[in-house]
Amino acid sequence: MSIWEYANPKRFMQVSAAVLPWLSALALVTLVTGLVWGFFFTPDDFRMGATVKIIYIHVPAATMATGAWFMMLVASLVWLIRRHHVSALAAKAGAPVGMTMTLIGLFTGAVWGQPMWGTWWAWEPRLTSFLILFLFYLGYMALWEAVEDPDTAADLTSVLCIVGSVFAVLSRYAVLFWNRGLHQGASLSMDAEEHVSDIYAWPLWVSIIGFALLFVCLVLLRTRTEIRARRLRALQARERAA
Amino acid sequence: MVDLGKYTATVIGAYGVTIALLVILIWVSVARGRRMAARLQAQERRSQRNG
Repeated sequence: MSIWEYANPKRFMQVSAAVLPWLSALALVTLVTGLVWGFFFTPDDFRMGATVKIIYIHVPAATMATGAWFMMLVASLVWLIRRHHVSALAAKAGAPVGMTMTLIGLFTGAVWGQPMWGTWWAWEPRLTSFLILFLFYLGYMALWEAVEDPDTAADLTSVLCIVGSVFAVLSRYAVLFWNRGLHQGASLSMDAEEHVSDIYAWPLWVSIIGFALLFVCLVLLRTRTEIRARRLRALQARERAA
Repeated sequence: MVDLGKYTATVIGAYGVTIALLVILIWVSVARGRRMAARLQAQERRSQRNG
């Protein structure tokens, strides 16, 4: 059995229909467990106070914001190299989910930053590259809508996705490239001298897994919708031609 | 209820907006999926009827 088997729309629809209910239930349970554990059963931080609880939504959302773009990049490369329609549609399906995750990351970061840094926003490397990533998401979705021919739209958005990957990398690793700015280093870094205590790290990992599962569910669901929309357009075109 | 002290509005606001955005995203995705499935089914029936 090969992974390319799932590039067949019919096979993809069969497998995703079987997997989606179970995966959705798992995503819901994991997400609720992580958030309830973090919100209700962890203590305040000695420096950040109760605002530390924002970590359980901010870090998973920011992680998925860049993770979604990388998923779109892989799907776009598969489209450009192998011309599998399902991969182009999966990339398209991932964009609104990634955009929402980026928006959550930006909003919760601003809300958290105000009491901790004394400002909602600073033009520093990580925040700025994250804002540019958000704009890339909007541009990517607008480009899909703007181009009428789906294959041309897939080609152009794939190129845009490759270009935008620079900012996805920057938004993730900017704090390592440039040792300046307000934003702290990676919260869950294994080799960092100062890292998140286990009491916060465990519910944080559960939340990250919950967000990741939710992302996978939404991408599967939205890819199914895109496959149906494509088939609908094909049938309507055939009817018009007849 | 957890005592969030002077950061109550900050933390509740962050969670509230996050949950609202996720619910809207899920709602829109499911609703569009159902709508598209119904439209495709109707079109397939029409195409079958017309041969």
